[in-house]
Amino acid sequence: MNATTSQAIEPETEAPQAPDLFAKFAPLVKERDNLLAAGVRDPFAIVMDEVKSPTEAVIEGKDTILLGTYNYMGMTFDPDVIAAGKDALDKFGSGTTGSRVLNGTYQGHKACEEALEEFYDMDHAMVFSTGYQANLGIVSTLAGKGDYVILDADSHASIYDGCFLGNADIVRFRHNNVENLEKRLAKLPPEAGKLVVLEGVYSMLGDIAPLDQMVPIAKKYGAMVLVDEAHSMGFFGENGRGVAEAQGVIDQVDFIIGTFSKSVGTVGGFCVSNHPQTDFLRLVCRPYTFTASLPPSVVATATTSIRKLMYAGNKRAHLWENSKRLHQGLRDLGFKLATDEPESAILAVLLPDQEKAVLMWQALLEQGLYVNMARPPATPVGVYLLRCSLCAEHTSEQVEQILGMFEAAGKATGAI
Amino acid sequence: MMTDRATTFASVKTLIEPFNAKGVELTENTTFAGDLEWDSLTVMDFVASIEDEFDIVITMNQQAEIETVGQLVDAVQELK
Repeated sequence: MNATTSQAIEPETEAPQAPDLFAKFAPLVKERDNLLAAGVRDPFAIVMDEVKSPTEAVIEGKDTILLGTYNYMGMTFDPDVIAAGKDALDKFGSGTTGSRVLNGTYQGHKACEEALEEFYDMDHAMVFSTGYQANLGIVSTLAGKGDYVILDADSHASIYDGCFLGNADIVRFRHNNVENLEKRLAKLPPEAGKLVVLEGVYSMLGDIAPLDQMVPIAKKYGAMVLVDEAHSMGFFGENGRGVAEAQGVIDQVDFIIGTFSKSVGTVGGFCVSNHPQTDFLRLVCRPYTFTASLPPSVVATATTSIRKLMYAGNKRAHLWENSKRLHQGLRDLGFKLATDEPESAILAVLLPDQEKAVLMWQALLEQGLYVNMARPPATPVGVYLLRCSLCAEHTSEQVEQILGMFEAAGKATGAI
Repeated sequence: MMTDRATTFASVKTLIEPFNAKGVELTENTTFAGDLEWDSLTVMDFVASIEDEFDIVITMNQQAEIETVGQLVDAVQELK
């Protein structure tokens, strides 16, 4: 039969026994309702109506300075980048409608991988559809049953999810604690395969890892080392390769994971490596294989941006100036920051609880400044913060304006 | 004299206390998620302190199997 009906079909069951699957979220729903009942805006439901530049948008009709976008190098409106994207859109269409291993690899995807190989001076590059998938895929595929993944307790969700997708045994060490890393490694069976997973910059507090100490220790115990440089590509190290380059240990790193959605200014993820069999991963890495590849316009913008980032020394210098000025200025105003010194382009302003964090966040928005509000479990236990990420395109005047907004909002909410 | 297991149990109890804000009574059958109401981040901090104290590694895979204080004491006994 090939019948269709316009009448709703009623289920035959009596009173249902099974609970609503949403019931498990009840405590979170209640917490959120209580927060919003206090009259504050939802920090996780902001809509940008217009975006004028890497540092300015319009939110609910108000001109707003963006200080929470990870758009570190301000490449999103670069004229060359935009021209490359438009050209690829015209020549190759709006999407590939296919997996990288079937019909979804165009000349543009290969060109993008070549740009990455040059940028990192490494033999192999694999472009994924997002940075999340790059971690998910590489961690889950490299470490199999009987192997160990040794990761920092404060690792990004994509690294944890890579662990959960795979079959390896997962061992955590205390955040950025060199001694703790060695202690854990020393306890593992010497003959077992090991992958140590580190990040250059940890995105919640903006602190950097002591890779110069950790990478050699991992090597001492025979582990392969993966470093996620998502928040450091473009402005750490002489060539912008990340914290591993800046600290002189990039040659000992087996895999670097990165993203196009921060300094590169579009979306996508990648893995670069000198391992001769890297390309084989394309066939066994499920988050690479079983998803559609990036649209041609996206890889074209990424390629152009990556090539420009190789020679972005002046931008790097200005970004560091911005980070230093904002860090000093916020401290002078009396705010508590997560790091004593500016370690990256992320500055985290610590607040005592969720209510104070949201009030401060909202007061800043009313001033015309957008920052990220973050709370556990994205942050460690009891840490509520406003995360500021600077851009190389923030002018020195904008940084002073930002400080003025923090002063006004801080005084209005009693945060300072 | 305390048995080795009783000594471990006492040490585990001491390590739980800083995370036991509600002062829940700790027995063999006390559960971490249910009775102590720990979230995943608290579990993470606590497990790190157990690993450091006994100089052992409890993988996340093993942690998933441990629900009660008694099960944790057994795991520590086995691993140390």
